[in-house]
Amino acid sequence: MTKAIEGYWNDLRGTKVWRSVFRSGAGSSNLHHALAVQQNVFLHLASVKMRRRSLAFGATWYLGTLTLATFFILTGTGILLMLYYHPSVPQAYADMKDLQFVVSAGVFLRNLHRWSAQAMVFLVFAHMFKVFYRGAYRPPREFNWVIGVVLLIITLFLSYTGYLLPWDQLAFWAITVGSNIMSAVPLFGQKVRFLMLGGNTVNANALLRFYVLHCVVLPLAAAVFIAIHFWRIRKDGGLHTEKATTDE
Amino acid sequence: MEQEDTREVTRRDSFIKLGLGSLAVAGCGAAVFGYEFLSPNVLYEPSPIANLGKPDRFPPDSVTADPVAGVYIIHAAEGLYALSATCTHLGCFTAWKPELGIIACPCHGSKFNRLGVKIDGPAPRPLPRLKISISDEGDLLVDRSTVVTPDQFLRT
Repeated sequence: MTKAIEGYWNDLRGTKVWRSVFRSGAGSSNLHHALAVQQNVFLHLASVKMRRRSLAFGATWYLGTLTLATFFILTGTGILLMLYYHPSVPQAYADMKDLQFVVSAGVFLRNLHRWSAQAMVFLVFAHMFKVFYRGAYRPPREFNWVIGVVLLIITLFLSYTGYLLPWDQLAFWAITVGSNIMSAVPLFGQKVRFLMLGGNTVNANALLRFYVLHCVVLPLAAAVFIAIHFWRIRKDGGLHTEKATTDE
Repeated sequence: MEQEDTREVTRRDSFIKLGLGSLAVAGCGAAVFGYEFLSPNVLYEPSPIANLGKPDRFPPDSVTADPVAGVYIIHAAEGLYALSATCTHLGCFTAWKPELGIIACPCHGSKFNRLGVKIDGPAPRPLPRLKISISDEGDLLVDRSTVVTPDQFLRT
């Protein structure tokens, strides 16, 4: 039975259509494995080969991977939440309540989105602490640390812009306070606040701007920087591992 | 054709300069247009001038909060004056506490007396005193965009 499935599998991998998509083709030599990674647009961000010890739990505690996982969960649940959410005043609050009480699985998706957002911020910090105390920010990885700081800022802005969207009292006053902190920037603070809110008060324009930032601008920016971040791991010599520990 | 300059300026060099110059001009234009586009020219925000009704609503020696307009109307011995209810710290909405005789901010604990002077907390400035006037119909108007000095009272 397994022989038969393996046979079909190999036949499939030999077909013209399959070969037009995956150039590496059938076979299980090291070269085939390497080509399968190298010629795939997503996999090529990672190294063709990795040290077994860099994949061990102790090396990274999987904090970066877990952060990526929360990003995927947030993207998936976020797209679904967008189908029931109108970024307008006062409809936004009613839509949020509808998601909680009327839409099937709405409360699950909303809570998953919310908890994953909290987890993502926590994991980003945990990841950075791990990288810091392991010394993984040192050359040649110093630029990837900078990319990581950019990703931290994007994560915090995603969290902040998402905070306004329920349009409840907590959201309104949090953004009022936050945008007033922004206006404390010397010289152009007031102007930045005005552009960010699209007005002088937290109002319909602010809700729409935060929605566009939260759902389009910031996730796209995050995706681009995540891609660079992962590609740089390969370019900077793979995941940082302790030289002293014995290789498995 | 003069050929004194030995440095050769090729056709490619001049086109590169022209191209980079055009890009710089286009970039500046995009920055200006972007800034103008992001600044709304028309705002659908409430008028800064709010009508608070007849002035005799505010009895002598009283502090009245108007949560819709976001102001306090205080009737002191010298006359009426209006204070903004927006905390000068980070913009939260303060509340009048009649049992304590103070204005308190729920966000970070700033406290003000009925003159708007800070008595506690992180607020950097006193609550601004707002311009008030009587309309032709005899209603009390408060202009939330105009701050006046603390020695101005409206006698009714």
